[in-house]
Amino acid sequence: MNKPKIGFYWCASCGGCEEAIVDLHEKILDVVEKVDIVFWPCAMDFKYSDVENMKDGEMAVCFINGAIRTDEQEHMAKLLRQKAQLIVSFGACSQIGGIPGLGNFWDRETIFRSSYLDKCPSIDNPQNTIPLKECEVPEGKLTLPGFHDDVKATDQVIEVDYYLPGCSPAPHLTLNAIMTILRGELPAKGSVLGPSKALCDTCPRNDTKPEKLSIKEFKRVSEVMLDPEKCFLTQGVICMGPVTRSGCGDDGEGRCIKANMPCRGCYGPIDGVIDVGAKMISAIGSIAGLDGEEEIPEAMTKRLMDSIVDPAGLFYRFSLAKSLLGRRTMPQRNKEQ
Amino acid sequence: MEKFEPKIVCFLCQWCTYAGADLAGTSRLKYPPNGIAIKTLCSSRVDPQHILMAFKEGCDGVFIGGCHPGDCHYQSGNYKTLRKSMLLKRTLEQFGIDPERFHLEWISASEGKKFQTAMNDFTERIRRLGPLPKVGIELE
Repeated sequence: MNKPKIGFYWCASCGGCEEAIVDLHEKILDVVEKVDIVFWPCAMDFKYSDVENMKDGEMAVCFINGAIRTDEQEHMAKLLRQKAQLIVSFGACSQIGGIPGLGNFWDRETIFRSSYLDKCPSIDNPQNTIPLKECEVPEGKLTLPGFHDDVKATDQVIEVDYYLPGCSPAPHLTLNAIMTILRGELPAKGSVLGPSKALCDTCPRNDTKPEKLSIKEFKRVSEVMLDPEKCFLTQGVICMGPVTRSGCGDDGEGRCIKANMPCRGCYGPIDGVIDVGAKMISAIGSIAGLDGEEEIPEAMTKRLMDSIVDPAGLFYRFSLAKSLLGRRTMPQRNKEQ
Repeated sequence: MEKFEPKIVCFLCQWCTYAGADLAGTSRLKYPPNGIAIKTLCSSRVDPQHILMAFKEGCDGVFIGGCHPGDCHYQSGNYKTLRKSMLLKRTLEQFGIDPERFHLEWISASEGKKFQTAMNDFTERIRRLGPLPKVGIELE
């Protein structure tokens, strides 16, 4: 019997998700034993034409990581959807936009300006060259994929069957997902293949959180010596644990938490939450300055809330593309490149 | 050009502002019909998700009415509403939505007149700001 064929592809990503697959270590041999890898540009030599020549649905499953920002990525996502029976959206960028999704606070024009044209020591571009889709040179015509205004999560471009959360997904979740799919024990379409509890629920520091949590002063991680055992919120440091899915780290006990850093939300929303940032605003609003709130003058409350630097960038660090608003509204956006 | 009629969603606490709106009605106080009232158990029952959803679905303004500080039926819901809205306003600004489009007001059950004034002022403010440009990313 032929082994099922699987593929891996990357879009707007850093390569960390590819690393996460390699992080299966020797267990990757268990996977390779059961499947044929037929497409994996990062690790093996396949060409786009190899995919184009496949029959529709020839791949059993294709894992796509990275967000979608260019024409090429969009084209490949659509092509892979056609050639694979199942698409697994792999990692935070693919599931919720991830760090590239923060580009949605700007648009192509403003990004190109700050990356290529602004006068700053790291830019040396005397001819003010910016990327173009087509460009004539003496040797002929050069082309580049078009750069979109919006960064999109994979499911905003194609239909997605399953999601593997995380930046990057923990190897045990990845292995579990691959094996579950190979055994044919398919969960409901649209499932996130990770635990459904919030990180706070599984956090080893949860016991140090008092019954009534009240934050008097917000601090950034650089402004405080963090206690390695105490709940971050009780230390006045914002942690996305209350709204973020658990499952990160080798033991599922929180990768950043173990390194004494607060959660930034890469595992995305827990079941039932649409917009992580809005839920976090809700959570912070409920615990900031709670002690003696009747006595605190409004101006002081305002000072406390204003001391949170860059709320949108913090609360939507990974989830901007899939948030309710999705991007900054820029009415004068330039549509054509 | 046709006059711009703002679409406004008003989340009103059932113990204070919703009763205040009722009083405005029974007192025959006139105010613009642009605001659509939604009764909630408490102003803090309004999840910031509801507000973002309203803007996403094409609302030009969102109004929350709650009990005066110290008067919350559930003791402290309105303090939470206040802090959430302070944070939400700054977030909206970063999303390119004028924070003036979102307004929180304390109106008690006996303040029908205040409800009328608040509706007049807020509708006028949104009319001045004009229609909210389309929000969100473009999906096929």
